[in-house]
Amino acid sequence: MSANLQLNDEGKLKHFLTIDGFSREMLNEILDTATSFAGMSEHQVKKVPLLRGKTIVNLFFENSTRTRTTFELAATRLSADVLNINIATSATSKGESLLDTIRNLEAMHVDMFVVRHGISGAAQFIAENCAPHISVINAGDGQHAHPTQAMLDMFTIRQHKQDFSRLKVAIIGDILHSRVARSQIQALNTLGAEEVRVIAPKTLLPAHIEKLGVTPFHDMKAGLADIDVIIMLRLQKERMNSSLLPSESEYFKCFGLTEDKVRLAKPDAIVMHPGPINRGVEIESSVADGAQSVILEQVSNGIAVRMAVMSMAMQSTGGGA
Amino acid sequence: MTLTTQDIPSLLDTLESKLRQQIASRNLHNPLMIGIHSGGAWIAEHMHKRLNIEEPLGLIDISFYRDDFSQIGMHPKIKPSQLPAHLEGRDIILIDDVFYTGRTVRAALNEIFDYGRPNQVLLAVLIERDGRQIPLRPDCCACNIQMQPGQRIKLTGPEPLSIHIQSFDHAA
Repeated sequence: MSANLQLNDEGKLKHFLTIDGFSREMLNEILDTATSFAGMSEHQVKKVPLLRGKTIVNLFFENSTRTRTTFELAATRLSADVLNINIATSATSKGESLLDTIRNLEAMHVDMFVVRHGISGAAQFIAENCAPHISVINAGDGQHAHPTQAMLDMFTIRQHKQDFSRLKVAIIGDILHSRVARSQIQALNTLGAEEVRVIAPKTLLPAHIEKLGVTPFHDMKAGLADIDVIIMLRLQKERMNSSLLPSESEYFKCFGLTEDKVRLAKPDAIVMHPGPINRGVEIESSVADGAQSVILEQVSNGIAVRMAVMSMAMQSTGGGA
Repeated sequence: MTLTTQDIPSLLDTLESKLRQQIASRNLHNPLMIGIHSGGAWIAEHMHKRLNIEEPLGLIDISFYRDDFSQIGMHPKIKPSQLPAHLEGRDIILIDDVFYTGRTVRAALNEIFDYGRPNQVLLAVLIERDGRQIPLRPDCCACNIQMQPGQRIKLTGPEPLSIHIQSFDHAA
C-alpha cells in the first residue's frame, strides 16, 4: 500500500497502518519524537496536555493485553480520553457490521481508532471508510502489519546501536505468520540496515522471502554469525499441532535461543522479543533475563513510540489545547 | 526604541544587574536556572556563568505544552527537557529571550509544575515586547520595545547572538 492514505495533504502522518511506503525521514521523525516522550518518565506528573479533549477508541477484535495497555497508557499520558471497546460483548458480536460499529462510534465524536483485528487489511478498511477527521492506528491486523511494534523495536535498537547502516539483524522464528516480522523487515530496510537475515525452518518461511530484502537461513549457527541484533519471534503453540513443526523440544533444539547460540553473534549483540515469550520454546530463560536482553526495554519504549505516533497523527487533524 | 545586534552586550549586562537585584530582594536560595529552548537557553547560559550559579543549568522544551499544537503541529526535532527529577520546593529562575504573548511562559510553567511544586519562580527575559495576551509578565527584563504591526523580533545564536527584526504579512 502506498503511504498516500497514511499522509494528509501536507505530507504529515494521518493514519499509521503499515511501514510500507514511508520514507526514512518519516520513520526517523517518529523515532525522534518518541525520544522526547521517553524522557517523560522522569516527570513527577507523567502527562502532557497535547491531546486534551480528544477521545481515542481502542478497538480490539483480538486479545492483546500488552499492546492494548501500552496504547491506553500512551493515550492517557497525552491527556486524551480512552474508550476500550470490549468486542466480546459489543454489538459486532451480536451481528452488527464493522461499518455500523464505526458509524456509531463516529456519532459519539471520537477522534482516533486504535484497531487490532484478525483479518489483514481491517485497519486500512476502517481508515478508508471513517470520517475524515478521524485517524486510524493499526495495532496489528492479521498476518499483514504491526507498525507500532516495529517502530518500538527500531527505537530500542537505536538506543543501543545508533547507526542502522552498520547493523546486521537476524529475525528468528515463525516468519510465515508474523505481521511483526513483516513490519520489522520493512522498517529495517527503510532505515538502511546493512543486512537483515531471517532464520527459520522452511515450513515457517514464506516462498520468495528474498524479495522482501532479506537473506534466509535455516541454520542458527550460520545465521547468527556476526549479528548485532537478535530478534526472536513468538512461536504460536498451535503450530505444533499442525504439520509445520515436529514438536516443541525439536523446535527449541534447532531454533530456540540458548546462551550457547547467543555467543555465535557479536559479543555486544542485543536480544529482543516482541512478547509474550514462551520460555523454553523459542528462548531460554537465562537468555530472556540475561544481560544482553532488552525485552523489558521494548515494553517501556512501546509507550513512548505510541505517544509519538498518536500525537503526530492527531496534529494533522487538530490536536488538543 | 530600536534594537540591533550591537546592543546585546549591554543588554546582557543590564539583565545580569537586574537579576542580581531580584535574587537579593526575593531572597532566592540555591536557585535553579532554567532556559527555554532555544533562545532562552542561550541567554540562560550567559546568566548562569555571570551569576556563578552552582546547580547545573536546566533546559526546557515546551513543545508538548504549547496551546497552539492544533495550528502548528509539532516540531520533529524536539529537544528533550533537561531538568532535575524533582523541583519540589526549589527556587527557580526561568529565562527566555523575548517575552511576547506570554503563552510560552505559561507552557513552561505548566511543564515545570509537572516536575513538582517550586517554592518560587522568577522570570527574566532579555527583551519584553508589546502584545501580551495573558496575565503574565516578566519580573525583570533588559529592555522593553514596541514593535510595528507585522514585525517580529527573533534572536539567533548561540555564537554570536544576533537580533533580527523580521517583517511578515500580517494578514497571513
